[in-house]
Amino acid sequence: MNTEILSFENVTFTYNTEDETMRPAVENVTFSIESGEWIALVGHNGSGKSTMAKLMNGLLFPNEGKVKVFGHTMSEETLWDIRSQMGMVFQNPDNQFVGATVQDDVAFALENNGVPHAQMVERVHVALSQVKMEDYKDHEPHHLSGGQKQRVAIAGALAMRPKLLILDEATSMLDPQGRMEVIETIRRLRESTGLTVISITHDLEEAALAERIIVMNRGQKHVEGTPAAVFNEGSELTEMGLDLPFAMRMTHLLQEAGVALQEEHMTEDKLVDELWKYYSRA
Amino acid sequence: MEILLKGVGYSYAEDTPFEKRALTDVNLHIPSGSYTAIIGHTGSGKSTVLQHLNALLKPTEGVVMIGDRKIEAGVKAKDLRNVRRQVGIVFQFPEQQLFDETVLKDIMFGPLNFGVPEKEAERRARELVVQLGLPDGVLEKSPFDLSGGQMRRVAIAGVLAMEPEVLVLDEPTAGLDPRGRREIMDLFHELHITKNLTTVLVTHSMEDAARYADRVAIMHKGHCMVTGEPKAIFSNEEQLQDYSLQPPRSVRLQRDFEERTGLKLGEISLTEEVLAKNIALAMAEGSRSL
Amino acid sequence: MMEKMIFGRFIPGDSVVHRMDPRAKILFVFLFIAIVFVANNAWGYAILLGFTLLVVFLSKIRLYFLINGLKPVFILLIFTFFLHLFFTREGDLLFSFGFIEIYEEGLRQGIFISIRFLVLVFMTSVLTLTTSPISITDGIEVLLGPFKKIKLPVHELALMMSISLRFIPTLMDETGKILKAQMARGSDIGSGPMKERVKAVVPLLIPLFVSAFKRAEDLATAMEVRGYRGGEGRTRYRQLNWQLADTLSLVLLAGLTAVLWYFRA
Ligand SMILES: Nc1ncnc2c1ncn2[C@@H]1O[C@H](COP(=O)(O)OP(=O)(O)OP(=O)(O)O)[C@@H](O)[C@H]1O
Ligand SMILES: Nc1ncnc2c1ncn2[C@@H]1O[C@H](COP(=O)(O)OP(=O)(O)OP(=O)(O)O)[C@@H](O)[C@H]1O
Ligand SMILES: [Mg+2]
Ligand SMILES: [Mg+2]
Repeated sequence: MNTEILSFENVTFTYNTEDETMRPAVENVTFSIESGEWIALVGHNGSGKSTMAKLMNGLLFPNEGKVKVFGHTMSEETLWDIRSQMGMVFQNPDNQFVGATVQDDVAFALENNGVPHAQMVERVHVALSQVKMEDYKDHEPHHLSGGQKQRVAIAGALAMRPKLLILDEATSMLDPQGRMEVIETIRRLRESTGLTVISITHDLEEAALAERIIVMNRGQKHVEGTPAAVFNEGSELTEMGLDLPFAMRMTHLLQEAGVALQEEHMTEDKLVDELWKYYSRA
Repeated sequence: MEILLKGVGYSYAEDTPFEKRALTDVNLHIPSGSYTAIIGHTGSGKSTVLQHLNALLKPTEGVVMIGDRKIEAGVKAKDLRNVRRQVGIVFQFPEQQLFDETVLKDIMFGPLNFGVPEKEAERRARELVVQLGLPDGVLEKSPFDLSGGQMRRVAIAGVLAMEPEVLVLDEPTAGLDPRGRREIMDLFHELHITKNLTTVLVTHSMEDAARYADRVAIMHKGHCMVTGEPKAIFSNEEQLQDYSLQPPRSVRLQRDFEERTGLKLGEISLTEEVLAKNIALAMAEGSRSL
Repeated sequence: MMEKMIFGRFIPGDSVVHRMDPRAKILFVFLFIAIVFVANNAWGYAILLGFTLLVVFLSKIRLYFLINGLKPVFILLIFTFFLHLFFTREGDLLFSFGFIEIYEEGLRQGIFISIRFLVLVFMTSVLTLTTSPISITDGIEVLLGPFKKIKLPVHELALMMSISLRFIPTLMDETGKILKAQMARGSDIGSGPMKERVKAVVPLLIPLFVSAFKRAEDLATAMEVRGYRGGEGRTRYRQLNWQLADTLSLVLLAGLTAVLWYFRA
């Protein structure tokens, strides 16, 4: 079922069109995302990633070009309908908690969309169990760890049964364990529900897990492709302020040190595999 | 300058229903000129320890020695200015402390508070802006017109401008892109060496701790469990696991490599560069001896 | 200092008082405030004090914490006490020393006013300490429901209140953090002459405003993304549940009024 779920067609956006000196935050960007994909959106600080996220859910409208979601062009008319089918999680866990307790917060979008009470209780319960936070339903947000808060935010998005989930650096303020919790949660959700995920991140290890990566550079789309293809660019990415996953950096360092590895490796396992083969051949 | 924590305990909101114990019997020695990394699971008390290092928090039990200044539980501490000047802290998300009209004034805020003459404060600001790789003309701008990464650098300059002898860093690179991270960590390391600083770094990145520090302390549930050299700390995987931590990636890769090939690299490799060199060496020797 | 203050905060728990319907609790406190003024002699005030302590006991909040946490309020209380003590000049002269003269009526007034103040503060604190902010807002929203007819934006007001309450702990933490960051840069709030102190507040206030605005903006975005467009067509997750205990509490209050009335001079 290869159906398009979201697309940008030559989208340009400038924050202040009056100011002549202002560069567009997003410039002539085109791409398309299919239902069920996991996309990582990466790029240096200020490259336009968050602006793109805001264009995706109608917090901003393009100056030029078209944003299409679920087959509809984003506009004032289609906006609320589109929003009710997509969830979004932001960077700062403290600034997106609306409810006073975990369950109130998860119910917020349901309340807004007029879901009847009985159904609401059931959906809140399901969403919280999807992120494994049922035991915390009466907790107040400021007593949760960062990773737990972000999981609650994900539950809040899931309660609406969205087709698309957008994460804007949802893991960047978390410690390694909180980060793992969130990534694991997303992975599980995708397996069980086939959710489409767009994840904005600075963590290249996280990006390597995605099916496709879109790289932004100074407001423009630099490349897109599978992690293997994108990371093959090597030095070009590092020049843009990005990095390579650990296994690839190691591969390059080993090659420089005279170990003639044949392949680029995305994971440590594969790298050790080839090292072992290389060694036993020698 | 040397800092010593002896039997330090600390509770937030002492004597209320919200009382929260954050530290218990912490003993930590930070030798002069060392680069100490404090690692630990979230909530283990790292930031609380940091704030004792320049008397922003006063221990509710025990003693903190900052140079020859003694801060003791239950004893009123007067005039902490000198301590604060000697020990500079870069907090997490330090850009939140910017407030002045221009970058220049904001950087000069610290030094002027400590009685540094205006001229000298300005000289330091100008020098630091260059050192931190900020663009020309940034000094006259409002700090609120800068990008996130630039604001972070200005805030760091504001602390460095006080010319502290001890530099305390609480996850200084959170939220930056990979290059920003690397540049700022490298800069701190360079300053540590050229200015002969004592540096204390709180980080969740085992890779940074392994790369830059010469001492590592592990915090766990409000206790300081162990301190030691990075090589010793990071080669003890079981111990790290007990405190919900993992060794740095290079150490994990070395372990997998050794298990798989049966080769031994000798000492553990704290950085990827060293690991690559060691693997290349071992493979060359291994194949020769076959 | 700030962190020790318990006025307006919530301590989760499981007492009879905690379990009551917020509407009942709000009504109870409002009625109580009115009833306090029925007492006008020693008997009346003694009964009020006893009643209040009973409620505190039922709420399972430790009296020690209540007293400790309300210290700043007590300073106000002592001030009012002395104000009455020194400036009421009726009844017999009890004591005089230079220009200080203390009259019987002054002492009486001082004590009565203090008790009145005390029971009011205790009662409202018990309300906020045992009721989560969201419940209080829910209660208020429902109680004010009838005013929607006259176009009072009840839902918006309630939401505003609940969000402000929800951000109080975050903003308190934030204030602490910024204060410490500036102290680490040598700023010295809380010492020196007044002019210096005022100047020292600027580095605290500006970052605080900037961050509060940033948070507000983020929150507004998060709300909009989750489909919030005002009270119209919304359903409620929280259902209030009026039980026997709630009715009984109001009956108890009526009983108190009767007793106070009986003992009234
Ligand atoms: N509200 C705004 N008003 C004016 N300019 C803005 C605004 N928000 C962002 N910009 C500018 O638009 C550009 C793109 O910003 P954006 O936030 O989309 O970047 P980003 O890729 O999300 O960066 P980061 O990795 O730091 O989150 C930047 O140059 C930024 O300064
Ligand atoms: N202002 C405060 N009031 C009450 N409790 C606090 C406060 N600050 C921290 N704590 C508590 O003290 C303990 C130690 O917190 P601290 O911030 O020192 O941990 P940390 O190791 O720095 O964690 P992280 O890695 O998440 O930054 C935690 O349980 C925390 O909840
Ligand atoms: Mg962004
Ligand atoms: Mg911390």
